[in-house]
Formats: sequence, C-alpha cells, structure tokens
Amino acid sequence: MTAPTATQGTGGKGAAGQGAAAHASAGRTLFEKVWDAHVVRTGGDEPDLLYIDLHLVHEVTSPQAFDGLRLSGRPVRRPDLTLATADHNVPTTGDTVTDPVSARQLEVLDANCAEFGIRCFPMGDPDQGIVHVIGPELGITQPGMTVVCGDSHTSTHGALGALAFGIGTSEVEHVLATQTLPQVRPSPMAITFEGRAPHGVTAKDLALATIGRIGTGGGFGHVVEYRGEAVEALSMEGRMTLCNMTIEAGARAGMVAPDDTTFAYVEGRPYAPKGRAWEEALEWWRSLPTDVGASFAKEVHIDATALSPYVTWGTNPAQVATIDGAVPDPDELADAAARDAAARALAYMGLAPRTPLRDIAVDTVFIGSCTNSRIEDLRAAAAVLDGHRVHDRIRALVVPGSHRVKAQAEKEGLDKVFLAAGFEWRQPGCSMCLGMNPDKLAPGERCASTSNRNFEGRQGRGGRTHLVSPAVAAATAVAGHFAAPADLEEHATR
Amino acid sequence: MKPVTVITGRAVPLDRSDVDTDQIIPSDWLKRVERTGFGKGLFAEWRDERGFVLNDPAYAGATVLVAAANFGTGSSREHAVWALMDYGFEAVIASSFGDIFRNNCTKQGLVPVQVPPEVDRAILDAVSADPSLLISVDVERGTVECGDIHASFTLDEFTRQRLLHGWDDIGLTLRHEDDIAAFESQRPSWLPSSATPPSPPSPSAVPGSPPSQSAVPGSPR
Repeated sequence: MTAPTATQGTGGKGAAGQGAAAHASAGRTLFEKVWDAHVVRTGGDEPDLLYIDLHLVHEVTSPQAFDGLRLSGRPVRRPDLTLATADHNVPTTGDTVTDPVSARQLEVLDANCAEFGIRCFPMGDPDQGIVHVIGPELGITQPGMTVVCGDSHTSTHGALGALAFGIGTSEVEHVLATQTLPQVRPSPMAITFEGRAPHGVTAKDLALATIGRIGTGGGFGHVVEYRGEAVEALSMEGRMTLCNMTIEAGARAGMVAPDDTTFAYVEGRPYAPKGRAWEEALEWWRSLPTDVGASFAKEVHIDATALSPYVTWGTNPAQVATIDGAVPDPDELADAAARDAAARALAYMGLAPRTPLRDIAVDTVFIGSCTNSRIEDLRAAAAVLDGHRVHDRIRALVVPGSHRVKAQAEKEGLDKVFLAAGFEWRQPGCSMCLGMNPDKLAPGERCASTSNRNFEGRQGRGGRTHLVSPAVAAATAVAGHFAAPADLEEHATR
Repeated sequence: MKPVTVITGRAVPLDRSDVDTDQIIPSDWLKRVERTGFGKGLFAEWRDERGFVLNDPAYAGATVLVAAANFGTGSSREHAVWALMDYGFEAVIASSFGDIFRNNCTKQGLVPVQVPPEVDRAILDAVSADPSLLISVDVERGTVECGDIHASFTLDEFTRQRLLHGWDDIGLTLRHEDDIAAFESQRPSWLPSSATPPSPPSPSAVPGSPPSQSAVPGSPR
C-alpha cells in the first residue's frame, strides 16, 4: 500500500498503481487517494479487491459470521486488525442483562472473540462503549485508513479522513476470513458548506439540513466529502456527528479531509503512532486532502450562514424542518410519492398539518447514540441545563457513548448538572437509539432524541421519534415542548 | 448460496417508498444468534395491521416483492435479507435500493431488481390489480416480465455471475491469496494493531481535552 514516501506514489502494485497514476495527473479527491492506496488487485470482471485496515465488531451482526468461519474451517486472518465491543444490547442501568436472548448474544461475542483471538471490550470494561465512539477515542481510527463494521453508522469514522463504511454479516465473515472486500468503486461527491454556521447551529443541524436538502437517496452510489468553512471550523467530534448521518442520505460513506484539528485529536491517543512513526504517518496524512483540480461526480452547495436548528417531524430523516417552522401540509407537496409518505408519516407521528414545532409537547428526551454521545455533546447539553429543571411531565435520560466519555464527564461534574436538572445518568451503550436493550419508548410516546433514525418503531414499537441536536434536546427537556436554548434565556429574562 | 437463474412467481405489491430495514425486521429480532427463522419477524409491526398487504390471502405464496423507491434503506442488518428469504421471497423489485441492503441481497441470492420508476409503478399497479399475475425475473438475460410489461435490469457482471453460479465469495477472494500477502508485506509498520491493549491514556488523550499546542509537529514538507 502506501506508507508512501513522497516519490513513491500510491496504489498497491500493477494495475492498481497505474490506475492511480492516471488519476494523479488530473488531481485526485481524498476518497480516491484512500481507495487507490488500498487496492489489492483490480481488473478482469471482478470489482477492486480492497484491503481493510480495521474491522470493528459488535455482538449483533457478528455471531452468524463466526458460525460461517467455523462451518468452513477458516481462521480469522488478522485478529490484530480486528477489535470488538459490546454495545447494542447492553443495559444502561447496571450490570445485569435481564433479557436471556440479549445475554446469550453478549456471551456469544465473548466466546467467539476468545476462540478466534480477537481483543474485545465486554460490558463493564473501562474501554467499552459504542463501537463508533471508542474507535476514534482510542486512536485506532486514523486518517487514510479503511475501516469497516457490521453497522451502517461506520461512516462516523470518515470524520478523521478514513474511508469507513457499514457492511452486512456476509461481508463481516468475508473480512474476518480475508481482511479484504471486493467492492464496486463508488463515485466522489462534494457537499460544500459556504460560510460559517450561525451561533447555536451545531454539526447535527448541518447533517439534518443536508439530508433535508438532498433526500434519503441523495447520496446513492457516492462517497461524500464534506468541505467548506463551516466544516473546517467543526471540532473532530462535530465532524463525527456530520459523517455519522451520511448514511441517512443513502451515501456509502462520508469523509472530511484531515487537517491540524485531526492531527491534534489523534496525537497521544492509546493507538496513535508515536515518535518517528508519528512523523511518517503525518507525512502521509498531509498528502491526503483533495488536490486542486480534482473533480467530483456530484456537487452540492449549502449556505451555512442561513441555517438554524432543525427538528424532524416525520419517519425518515429527510422529513425535517427548522425549529422556527411547522409540520408541512401533505396536500401542498407537489410530488405524489412525497405527499403519500408525508401523510403516512403524520398519521404515525400523531401530528396535524401546519402545527408549529414549538407547539409539540414531548414525553421523553434521549441524549446519546453514536451520533451525539461524546463529551462535547454532553457539555453542550449540560451548558443548556445548568440552573434549569426538566419539565415535570418528561422522562429524560443521558447515555454517554463510552466509559471513557462517562469518566471524563464525571471528572468535569457534568453528571451532577444532569442529575440536578432531573436527567437520569446511565451506563454507556446504544440504548434508546434502537431499543435493543430495555430503554424503549411505549406506543404513542413522543421523544426528542439526539440519535440518527426516526423510523417507525425504531425506539420502541409505536414510539414517535424527533431527531434534534443535544442543545435542542436539553432545551426541550426544560420547556416540555420543542425549544431552542435561546428560548430558555428569553423565558428567564422575562 | 444456491445458484439463481430464473424466478417465476406471483408478486406482492408493497406500495411504499423508503421502507427501512427496521420495518423489514424490527430490532427485537436482531438479538438472535441464528441465521434462520426470521420469516416470522418480517414486517412484524405492519403485519399486525389487518389491511397490510402481506395479510391478504390473495397474495399468499408469492415469491416476488414489489416495492417503491429506496427499499431497504437504513441499517446494515443482513437479518432483513434472511427474513425476506425465510418468508419465501426470491426477488425484490424496486426503483432504488439501500446500498448495504442491496449488497446483502447479492450475498444470499435474493435478487435485487432495480427498474426505472415508471416501470416500477407499472408493475405495482399491475400486481395490485391482479394478484394472480406471474412475474418472471431472468438473471441470465437481465430481464423482468410481468403481463404486458417487458423491462431490463442491470447487475454488475461479477454479481450476475456469482448469482448464476452460486459462488462462495470468500472462496473467490482466497484465490488471490498471493496478492493479499504481497499487499500486506508493504503495509507501513505504524498502522494501528489491536494486538496490544490500549495503554493508560496520557493527559492529552482524554477525550475532548483541549489539544496541546505541541500536538502538531511541523509538516515534513
């Protein structure tokens, strides 16, 4: 692969290297550079065979893959490039898994990792957490790598300039057995945010604005590179939130070019290169950003200066409006399919057309998930909550993304802010994002959630999910209905 | 997987766009460690609605599912494919598919038939009007036929051959063992390995702590 010296070029060998060279004359995108550097072989009727630098594994999508290996008598080729953790099923109230089916799945992960020699952070381990939180946090996700996981939100890791995408269980087995994946090459797409986002507009709002604009299929067949001033201004954790939701626009992956923000984030983390190795890595990472003159197959421009906080009103993440707006009237939508989908969504969500979003009362507030459970998310929510109380009617819980996040938050006293406001302070896991553990919505229950999917039944059968940023979630918990943090200040000064 | 050449059968019209994998198989079903028995969980929540199309006896025994745009969007759960196949579906027709779902289909032999929106609409209308209508999906020729409707669909050649022959993907890749080993021998030594445990974090590695100014050494360039 690459480890390239400046003169060595990229690409593996043979045809892959030549292909890379052909592209290089016109300039290549970040995505193309990372792809080319991982092509094991190309040509013939087969798609490119891509080498995988890191395979993240969790309990839900791996058991059948390990079974497949056993049936065919195949070993795990590179346990040293594989890392497992328990996240989807884990309870967040203590160490006891009450559901026997969940308990069995967690046990099977431990047993499979022991059998195949894979490092695993089980429930209660100080390094355990949501797989897409712990990868960057431990520094094992780095710029220019290929990262896969049997989970669609693997796109999160693209924030570091890695090519990271979700795969199914058959592909999990494929990577375990071969450390490679045959992949049809997607096309590069640019989403450029012009200007800086106004105060109070977060990475989550950039993500929701993007999906609202291009739709759930807007990224089909593409790898998105997020560009522009508003993206450069984001912290690493903000970039993770943005890349995380790329999958909701149908794209294969999202990426942000590595820069000094990235390098500062990675340096010193447990798995980051050190000393001479750091210098070598840095030289490669600095060569990754898209060349001037490189072209994208598709380009979208969004005026960041015009954005506001967003709230979803429907049952897919493209059904979204600004918090100052209202639920649409399906009858006013021009496209027949969009009209049907909106009418169906409003019926499920129990909402009348044209209801202002601030008039919608919620029952539950969930702060957590691989989208918004990192320390900056918790700081943002705590800053809003400080000195306020959660509305009487509301159940509010905060689920840190990992034990490291939880420990850091406790060190900063954020747990006390949440508890004083009336939030529950939980153990790390995926939790109410998808309701595989006991944290679920009841039928008809309405939730302001910092997670990534507002699909029917996603957070529990019959549950009604509205996606928001951590700051809006916190303000909503206090107000009892959808609210921006500024609403609380106005209320307090009146 | 089993080879797939031609699928002929009756079809169920699921006239909805953005049918996500959480609908196809709800997350409760994902706790199982087996690969079989997911058919009972297929569209579990919608099947409790009496009017849901899968509950219509006229469509019992159908082997082709016809949906609208963006079928299989959302999570990577291959359980969605296992559920559709366990229920008895052999092909899904839609005007577009969720990317990971589509990949998962081709690993299991469930044929994803992507047709233009107007063809998709015509097939939905035709099978809604006549539940006994037979649909034929020909993987070899890349065609779909339904009454008066004759359309073509494309699969990349590699996927088409894999479906036609029922090839084992992993076996195909392992033919390139020499290439993989050669690639591995050139990988930089500084790339991360999980073989070592994560060391105790240094103060600057605590998540979210402010980056130190010394964090970025001068560019080698």
